[in-house]
Amino acid sequence: MKKQLIALLFALVPMAAFAAPAADVPHSMTPDLRNQESLQRGMQLYVNYCMGCHSLEHQRFARAADDLGIPQDLVEENLIFSSDLAFNDQMHIAMDRGDAESWFGAPPPDLTLHGRLRGTDWIYSYLLGFYRDPSRPTGVNNTVFDLVAMPNVLEPLQGVQEMVCSETDQPVAGQSPDPLSGKYQSCDVLQVTQPGAMEPAEFEEAVYDLTNFLAYVGEPSKLQAQTLAPKVLIFIFIFGVIAYLLKREYWRDVH
Amino acid sequence: MANPNKAKAESGIMRWVDDRFPATQMMQDHLTKYYAPKNFNFFYIFGVLALLVLVNQILTGVWLTMSFNPSAEGAFASVEYIMRDVEWGWLIRYMHTTGASAFFVVIYLHMFRGLLYGSYRAPRELVWIFGMTIYLLLMAEAFMGYLLPWGQMSYWGAQVIISLFSAIPGIGPDLAQWVRGDFLISGITLNRFFALHVVALPIVILALVVLHIIALHEVGSNNPDGIDIKQKKDETGKPLDGIAFHPYYTVKDLVGIAIFLFVFSVVVFYFPEGGGYFIERPNFEPANPLKTPDHIAPVWYFTPFYAILRAITFSFFGLDAKFLGVLFMGAAIAVLFVLPWLDRSPVRSMRYKGWMSKVMLLLFCISFVILGVLGVLPSTTGRTILAQVCTAIYFAFFLLMPIYTKLEKTKPVPERVTG
Repeated sequence: MKKQLIALLFALVPMAAFAAPAADVPHSMTPDLRNQESLQRGMQLYVNYCMGCHSLEHQRFARAADDLGIPQDLVEENLIFSSDLAFNDQMHIAMDRGDAESWFGAPPPDLTLHGRLRGTDWIYSYLLGFYRDPSRPTGVNNTVFDLVAMPNVLEPLQGVQEMVCSETDQPVAGQSPDPLSGKYQSCDVLQVTQPGAMEPAEFEEAVYDLTNFLAYVGEPSKLQAQTLAPKVLIFIFIFGVIAYLLKREYWRDVH
Repeated sequence: MANPNKAKAESGIMRWVDDRFPATQMMQDHLTKYYAPKNFNFFYIFGVLALLVLVNQILTGVWLTMSFNPSAEGAFASVEYIMRDVEWGWLIRYMHTTGASAFFVVIYLHMFRGLLYGSYRAPRELVWIFGMTIYLLLMAEAFMGYLLPWGQMSYWGAQVIISLFSAIPGIGPDLAQWVRGDFLISGITLNRFFALHVVALPIVILALVVLHIIALHEVGSNNPDGIDIKQKKDETGKPLDGIAFHPYYTVKDLVGIAIFLFVFSVVVFYFPEGGGYFIERPNFEPANPLKTPDHIAPVWYFTPFYAILRAITFSFFGLDAKFLGVLFMGAAIAVLFVLPWLDRSPVRSMRYKGWMSKVMLLLFCISFVILGVLGVLPSTTGRTILAQVCTAIYFAFFLLMPIYTKLEKTKPVPERVTG
């Protein structure tokens, strides 16, 4: 039996090679679906800054209100702007797809499943990655999405971010760190040059909340699954123990 | 005329049934007086687990069908509707998607058990062939099921695989169009795949599972020693090394089922995407015929064969590389069907075979896994060469089998099972 288990273990080793490679983005974040305050702030930001263009076709206001602990009247007063939309509706937008296509080149995608499609690290890095680039029609480019068509809608909060030459803590390829400061020289450093409504740390937190909200929207059942899981696993474990005792009892006759 | 010697209940309702239907007789034939070798080990759980997963797929599938909309316009949204608005819909769907991968995990281990202990050898050739047919249909079933959520990978995966038909000289392009029912994958393809996935293939698979089990119970189960327990019987005709399937193996299998369900539930509840291999990331975007994903990889259980397909980069005998790739991929599966006639060893089990068989099986398993890993990665020159080497080993395992199983020195087989 032991030999077989070891053999199985070896058989499973190649599975490690299957582990999905991390997306190549500068920042990472871990969603926290139990942090309702963060999710609420995220939804507020989403509705105010993103939902002009990006729908959440599969997400209902009511479900979000329920899961995020927002009372119905607050949602109806502050988060539903269109008179065509009701509390139980999905989070549709008013922008016509044809118009959107002629304005941006491609209609802004629905973001319901973007957290699962691109990954939350990508969204987080993307929202932090806008920088001024006068050669672009919108005046901005993005470090994780080159030649992006989307303007930096969060600029009033973030301020103007530019790519500058400066010292950085991030290792730079082919460069050894400065022996005194331990820092590297790079011309790919993003720096806020004109302040916005938020301090940089405050803005990062806002982007975290927004990304956290999109992580929730991608899979609203996740919290339900994680709450149910221990009960199911304990049940199966107890069932397994009883089954084992039963097996041992029956197999006393087998020699 | 019914057989008068059939086992019947003494009296009561069972007797009434037995006079009209061989219920008691069947119960004895397949459970209470079906004698299985007492030395089954860990590898013998996967048959019953395959049956369990089959039941899981059918039950969850029926409930998914109730809310799924098989149209190009509605399929993707209806899956998200199941995930969000249907009560427990997310659980039903994840049980189905995880079940698909679990099916292949247990089937591959079940087949490995067959290779290890020679379960395909006479008189179990038909058991093996029925099983291989189930495996083949299961691949078709999984392939068609993967199109239904109508995500990007559903669409482009199907596009790649169906376009393989067009590599067949002469009739190819027409055949591919006939399979799709359209000039490209469309709602028509989705609808016919839905019909095949939920009705036609499950019926055939269920029928074959019955045949697989009837054939097995006719000849009796093999065991890790690969010896025939029917040779040594006691005075009542019961094999000395056999124990009744029920209750001994039913209670033992319950333990295996509990362990399996535990692992299965961990995946369903905590890792339903399987690290991007059970549900691939691009599938969270609706199918878009105008936008090809950067990298199209089939689901993990097809990747060894996909790697074989891509390994054939050269043409010979006037056949082009793409068609040869299709031929090799087909041959990789077809060769499994004739396995019972390739093995010429005087013994069944790997325990008593010589070193050559052991080395070949090990190399075969390693190359199968390497092919599986290569199948999900974009190809490079180095990887193509590695895939070619592994493809050669894959085929060598089968095609050289008549030689090395005959050449090698085997160990003596014991009279009775060794536990």
